[in-house]
Amino acid sequence: MLQKIGHRYLILIVLAVIVAVLPLIFPSSYYFRVASLVWVSALAAIGLNVLMGSAGQVSLGHAGFFGIGAYAVAIGPAHFGIPPWAALLLGCFISSVLAYLVGRPILKLKGHYLAIATLGLGVLVALVITTESRWTGGPDGMPVAKLVLFGWRVSGSDTWYWVSGGLLIIGTWIALNLNDTPTGRAFRALHDSEVAARVAGIDVARFKLQAFVIAAAYASVAGSVLALMNGFINPDQAGFLHSVEMVTMVVLGGLGSVVGSIVGAAVLITLPQVLTVFQEYEHLLLGFIIIVSMIFMRDGIVPTLSRVLAKRTKA
Amino acid sequence: MTILAAKDIGISFGGVKAIDGVSFAVSPGQILSIIGPNGAGKTTLFNIVSGVYERDQGQVELSGEDVTGLTPDKLATRGMSRTFQNLQIFQRMTAAENVMVGRHLRERCNLLADLFRLPSVTRQNAQTRDAALTFLNDVGLRTSADVAAGSLSYGACKRLEIARALASEPRVLLLDEPAAGCNAVETEEIEELIRRVAAKGIAVVLVEHDMKLVMKISDHILVLNRGKPIADGKPHEVRDNPAVLEAYLGKHGAREAARA
Repeated sequence: MLQKIGHRYLILIVLAVIVAVLPLIFPSSYYFRVASLVWVSALAAIGLNVLMGSAGQVSLGHAGFFGIGAYAVAIGPAHFGIPPWAALLLGCFISSVLAYLVGRPILKLKGHYLAIATLGLGVLVALVITTESRWTGGPDGMPVAKLVLFGWRVSGSDTWYWVSGGLLIIGTWIALNLNDTPTGRAFRALHDSEVAARVAGIDVARFKLQAFVIAAAYASVAGSVLALMNGFINPDQAGFLHSVEMVTMVVLGGLGSVVGSIVGAAVLITLPQVLTVFQEYEHLLLGFIIIVSMIFMRDGIVPTLSRVLAKRTKA
Repeated sequence: MTILAAKDIGISFGGVKAIDGVSFAVSPGQILSIIGPNGAGKTTLFNIVSGVYERDQGQVELSGEDVTGLTPDKLATRGMSRTFQNLQIFQRMTAAENVMVGRHLRERCNLLADLFRLPSVTRQNAQTRDAALTFLNDVGLRTSADVAAGSLSYGACKRLEIARALASEPRVLLLDEPAAGCNAVETEEIEELIRRVAAKGIAVVLVEHDMKLVMKISDHILVLNRGKPIADGKPHEVRDNPAVLEAYLGKHGAREAARA
């Protein structure tokens, strides 16, 4: 037990050190920007991992919640005069309520059927955002007002680096907390055997819904932060491809591993930047690397590597 | 005093009556065994009683209350637990965590407290783990507490399921073939374990193919064949019942057995 608590704080400390030290080797503000993108994406991936990795339920429409968060901080201040920070919380609330209402019926579905239902949800959200151009600016997107916190105007890529990094550490802390609690154990139990979880007295529907709402809240906050950071938002952020990208981060990094979700996000965000030197072959190589890593690291990058390391230290 | 009663249970799958008019009752501390040839409907009966399947007819009563059609998690809150013939352990969790899940109803579970891991959550976790270790000790798995359940042997998994079921401190325990695939020593351990469970006043309903075990520990035996009850009574009454011999061995075999 003590070891486990230690493990949890060790991860947080390592993450905090990485966030703190990286800027020392950053040659330009471009690096701050890419790193902030990684932190924001990782935040969304960690939330999705609670749903997919812990509770074992798939969502192919999670960018919908990301989009709701993003457009909340765009529309709230522009149309209703709500301060951006309040709009972020409001977006998170709307996403959670939507997840709760939609999750009740669709989480009764399993496997592929659930995948299609969540996909439909994501498509619907994207459709509304694209067509309600009076509110959202339509396919062209819309500008996002600057975040002001107690008179402090949050702007500049280095500032956003620290804000997003801080939020990632908080998000990681919460996700790590959950793992070894009655709720976290209920998630993991229903993942492995729903019927056995029920027999143990676990209300499966309720816990699936909780995982879905948690994942939606994470995605929504990540969406808001990205929108505030970019100062602009377009419907692609709520689109299907972004949903797939989020799922890829979680699976590539390792289902059920919080660190894996961060690594998955880091790989998927930085790899295209690195591969730009190959110009037109960029996407080809990106796809190739993902396929190869899934073949050789089927459980994801982090679980596979930690197993290899554990074997090495034993031998 | 009856704690669990099934009355006139029936279910059909696509026109085939898998269970037809089966009744039984069990009291605290009593061991009731349900036996019968393969396909007799024993596991189906278990699935109905434990709320996994919805029955077509009949009634299930727990502590005198009608609990027909309640889901397994609702039945768990009323003191029913079970194990599975085909193992249903949580493979990706450790043995101790499996049993901790069994303690779910004995824990306070609050999402916000868990998300922020309030001190009360950590305290409760330690208590739950201690309790889980005690239950693991009872089934002889204390040393495997932190081993991933997926890497335990078959016999160990069977006992882990029993520990998880006991962890909820049930009043009624349904065991679906706990000794299947176990060697003679492991079967003896399971027998000893079931006796101890019953001695605590827990009502045990047992589905089992190991006749030696069934005859030794049952207070009462119900025999099913093709979904219908064909005999019930004390072990020695059932053993000599010609209908039971026929169900297991066929007419010819029953004659042979009678001669032997």
